[in-house]
Order: sequence, then structure tokens, then C-alpha cells
Amino acid sequence: MDFATIIQILDSAVRLMTPLLLACLAGLYSERSGVFDIGLEGKMLMAAFTAASVAYATGSPWLGLLAGIGGSMALALIHGLASITFMGNQLISGVAINFLASGMTVLLGQRIFGLGGRTPSLTDGGRFGEIILPFADALRDVPVLGPVYADLISGHSILVYVAFLCVPLTWWVLFRTRFGLRLRAVGENPASVDTAGVSVTRLRYASIAICGLLCGLAGAYLATGLSAGFVKEMTAGRGFIALAALIFAKWRPWSALFATFLFGLLEAIANRYPNLDLGVITIPSMFMNALPYILTVIILAGFVGRAIPPRAGGEPYVKER
Amino acid sequence: MDKMPKWADVILTPLISLILAMAISAIVILAIGESPWLALKTMIDGALGSSYGWGYTLYYTTNFIFTGLAVAVAYHASLFNIGGEGQAMLGGLGVALIALALPWPHWSLALPAAMVGAALFGAAWALIPAWLQARRGSHIVITTIMFNFIAAALLNYMLVNILKPAGTQDPASANFPEGAHLPQLTEMAAALGIEWGKNTPVNITFIIALIACILVWLLIWRTRLGYEIRALGRSEPAALYAGISPVRITVIAMLISGGLAGLMAINNVMGEAERLVLNAVEGAGFIGIAVALMGRNHPFGVFLAALLFGFLYQGGGELALWTSIPRELIVVIQALVILFTGALDNMVRMPLERIFLALRGKGHA
Repeated sequence: MDFATIIQILDSAVRLMTPLLLACLAGLYSERSGVFDIGLEGKMLMAAFTAASVAYATGSPWLGLLAGIGGSMALALIHGLASITFMGNQLISGVAINFLASGMTVLLGQRIFGLGGRTPSLTDGGRFGEIILPFADALRDVPVLGPVYADLISGHSILVYVAFLCVPLTWWVLFRTRFGLRLRAVGENPASVDTAGVSVTRLRYASIAICGLLCGLAGAYLATGLSAGFVKEMTAGRGFIALAALIFAKWRPWSALFATFLFGLLEAIANRYPNLDLGVITIPSMFMNALPYILTVIILAGFVGRAIPPRAGGEPYVKER
Repeated sequence: MDKMPKWADVILTPLISLILAMAISAIVILAIGESPWLALKTMIDGALGSSYGWGYTLYYTTNFIFTGLAVAVAYHASLFNIGGEGQAMLGGLGVALIALALPWPHWSLALPAAMVGAALFGAAWALIPAWLQARRGSHIVITTIMFNFIAAALLNYMLVNILKPAGTQDPASANFPEGAHLPQLTEMAAALGIEWGKNTPVNITFIIALIACILVWLLIWRTRLGYEIRALGRSEPAALYAGISPVRITVIAMLISGGLAGLMAINNVMGEAERLVLNAVEGAGFIGIAVALMGRNHPFGVFLAALLFGFLYQGGGELALWTSIPRELIVVIQALVILFTGALDNMVRMPLERIFLALRGKGHA
């Protein structure tokens, strides 16, 4: 494996990790505030559909992005209604949202475009183009660092850079702002936050809205950045891999970056080498695809450092009367 | 004192939830420019209007009874088993390995053996999440989701690399031997001189599913183990105080749950396809969640809800055939049923409770 190949695989990993990273951070906000979210998959799928549809209709990826956020937010609102206002089961609500997105995208897609649930392919105008960073071409010939800069760091769509910027931003919001402190507190001990006179309901709705926003970015990136248009079930379990990454990262933003990079890299390797020949044994691609899930189970089992979720996660907060 | 009479809790709330789900589905159908009335008529005609329709409806019902019971049993121990899909996949693997292992002379021998295989494989797939939940406190919802994906990868591998007969392209196992053919209800009806349900896949497994409902009812409400499962589900500290081991009951409840999900494979793998194909489960494991929620985790409720979803499934197929409404409408209805009966339960319940309290207040005054 030569240097150019490694760069190519890493470049592909960066593209593949972006939706995972955005969705993982989305889940991080929600779960840190004590609302479990297994509906990341559905929100991404809905966002991918609305983003692709609007981008196709208007020819603008930016309007598509807005629509993607809108689609994802609508589902986030349902989740909030079920799990915060009506104190329902958050897991069941997440399951419902996944199915709702899975069915509605095809139903609407078939109605609007008549292509069996697909949207028409987006032309270049409807997609997010690649951003060439300054001097990328000039520096390409510099040994080692040149290709890294020109081919790995430069040349992604804007949402990739946004996703990476969201990591320090999330860290700062969670650990350096009053909002973040309250958000984390409400996920650990909502009663104490309530006692301090801060609304648990409002905080949790805020975090769910952020979750919807980030899932919207993730879905829009899938449909208008990574691919050119929406296809049925295009998220293909990415929402669950993001959930796995969230556990793998133990609900921390920087670790989320590494976890999603690892899972993106696994996918990139599996794509490039369907049957990875290690000389002694050949690893089938199915194993590579299942590896994120297997790793997560191992982490969950607590054999490699324990993953402890926010204490109040999954519990609706009942204010005492 | 309960806020509502029991009948309201058991019948009224699921019924109102169902009506809400159906009303929104009707709005969705209107929104995509079709007539909800025509859609309903097409579905009823296609699913219940002929013995052919009934044959398919009952075939799907059989699948959903097993996966619904699986979710229900785990739920009584307050465990949310989302892994029915993976457990049913593994059940299919168990059935295939046993059906292909011997040249079975007669179904009466092949069926019990395959049932053991299906239940064992399904239960084994539930064992690790159960153990991790009981011993290490890893959330069972997350581990069962992960195990669904691992199961899909495993099955894909087994079919492509091991079970696929040489020289074929299809990722599917060889056809099962003649002797492993289960009696179809059509054949059983024909033996009685009745012509019923020609060319439909409903088979003897339907009867086994009905027996499973009764057995689960006996287990949950008439045995010591069932009592222990319910006690754990209600309150872990109380169960512990009563000398019930949470670890033991968690693992046993999940083994039964996984076994039931695995048993579904008797119907779809042995009874219908007669070979193992990729994606044989077709989401039935997830529908089990809706079925259990709708049926209030009671075997009779599960049976009724499974029948409803069997009807929706067969009706949805007919809908896709005769109108321009895609099959995915069923997924939307399924989502709405889960949403209203499961997550938004309180939205229906709170106003109802208020009404009943008001009524009762008047009675006392």
C-alpha cells in the first residue's frame, strides 16, 4: 500500500465520517440532557429527503440544507412532544420516528417524483461543491505534507468543515458556558436544576432542537454532498453507527471525533477492499461492516473502559407537586 | 384507587390510539392525492375478501404473533427487546442448518427438530445482550440494536460463503428436502374436503402460534417464573427483597423472548420459502414492537394486534398492486401505531383519566 493509496483511503474516511460525526454530536446534545435518541437514523433520512427534494426543485443546496434542517426538526419536535411533554417512553418514540421517516420519505418521494422513492439526480448546481483551500494546487508537490494538504484537507464540501468545527464548538458549549453546565446537569440530576429555578422542559427542548439541527446537517450532507440525490433508505444504518460512536466516545465531543473517524475509516477500508487479504486470513467485508457494532458491544460490556450514560437518561422528568 | 376502570385502560386507550393513528394515515393518503376510503376498501377486499387474501393475512399474522410475544415477554420483565429482527434471522439460520442436515423422512420429525433449532438460535442471540444487561448493566436496547446489525452481517456471510450451493449466484441456501415440507392449511382443508386458500403460504405454524399465545399466557400469569418476571418488571428492589435474582430472571426472560422470535422462522423459512434467503425476516421483528404495544403485552391482545398487522401487511401489498399508493404506507401506519400506543400513550390517557375522575366525582356528590 503506497502513500497515495493511504491518502485516498483517509480522504474517503473523512467523507464517510462526516454524517456520522454530525449525527453523533446531535445525539450527544440530546442524551447529555437526559433524552435518549435512537431516532437519529430517521431524522437523518428525513433530512436527506427534504434536502434533496428542495435542492432539486430550487437548484440551490443552501435552500436544500434549510429544508433538511426543517425536516429533521419536525421529527425532533415529535420526539420532544412524546418524551418531554407527554413523558412517554423515549426509546419507543425513537423507534416510531425511524419508521415514520422510512415510510414517509418513500410515500412523498413517489408522490412528487414518481421514481419509486428516489429523487432525481442532482446536477452540480444542486450539490455542495468541493472547496479548494488556498494554495492547494501550488503546495501539492511538497513531499508528504503537500498531498496531505491538497488531497486530504482540501477539496471537501463545506459541511465537512462545518462538522469538524462543531467538535470544538460543542466542547466549548458543553464545558465552558452556563447553558452547557445546565444541559449536563439536567441529564444527570434534573431535580437539582429544577430546584435552582431553571426549566427542565425548556432546556431539554433546546437540546432536542440542537439535535434536530445537527441531524439535518448530517442528512443534507448525505444527499447533497456525499451523493447526488436521495435514494430509499439511504442512511443505511448510519444513525445507529453514530449512536454506537456516541457510546464508544462515552458521550464526549473530542472522543466522538475519534470514534467517528475510526468507524468512517472502517467503512472506507471495507469499500476499497471488499475482501481484505491479510496473508494468513481473509477478512470478509461483512465483518468490516459489522465491526463498529461489535466494538460498541465490547465497550458496552465494560471490558475496555466502562461507558456510563448520563444518569437521568431515558427518564421523563416529573415535577413534584 | 385506579383513576380509570380497567376496561378503559385495556380497551379504550388502545382503541383511541388506533383511531388517531388511522385518522392521521387517512390524512397522509389524502395528502398524496388518493382516496382513503378507496384505499381501505382495496385493503379489506385484498386481505379479507377471499380465502386467498385470508391465507396471506394469516401467514403474516403468524410471523407477528411470534415477534409480538417475544417483545411482550421481555416487556413484562421491563426489558425492551428491539432485537427480535436479529433473533428471528438467527432462528432462520437454525432452521436451515437442521432442515439441511438430514434427509428428513417426514415433517412430523422435521418440525420439532427445526423448532428446537429455531428457538435455540434465537435464544442464543438474545443471551449475550441479556447477560450484558444483567451483569454489566449495558443497556439492552443498544446491545439488541447492535446485535440486529451483527446478525445481518453474519447471515450475509453464512449465505454467501457457506450455505450457498456451488454454482448459484443467489445468496440463498439450497432448497430444503421434500420431507421438511410443512403441511399448508390449504392441504389440511383439502383433506377435509374443503377448498380454501389456494396458493397461500399459511401453514401449520399458525396453529403453533396460537398454542404459543396460550403457553405464554400460562407462563406469565400462572407460573412461579411468570410471577418472578412480572415482579422484576414492576420493581427490581422489591423483587430482590423477595429473593428473586434479577440476573437470573433477566437472562431467562430474554432467552424466552429470543426463542419466541426465533420460532418465527418456522413460518417464513420452513413453511414458506423452504430455503433460507437474505432478509427473510422483512422487518417482522420490528413489527413485533408495534404488536406488543398495541396488544398491551397480553397474549390475546398480541393475537388481535398481529391479526390487525397481518391484515395491514396483506392489504398494503394489494394496495401497491391496484393503486399508486406504495407499500411503504404500511410502514407509516406502523410508525403511527407505535407512536400513539407507545410513546404518546399519556396524550390519550391523561384526558381520559380526567374525564373518568370527573364522572366519578359526580357519582359521589
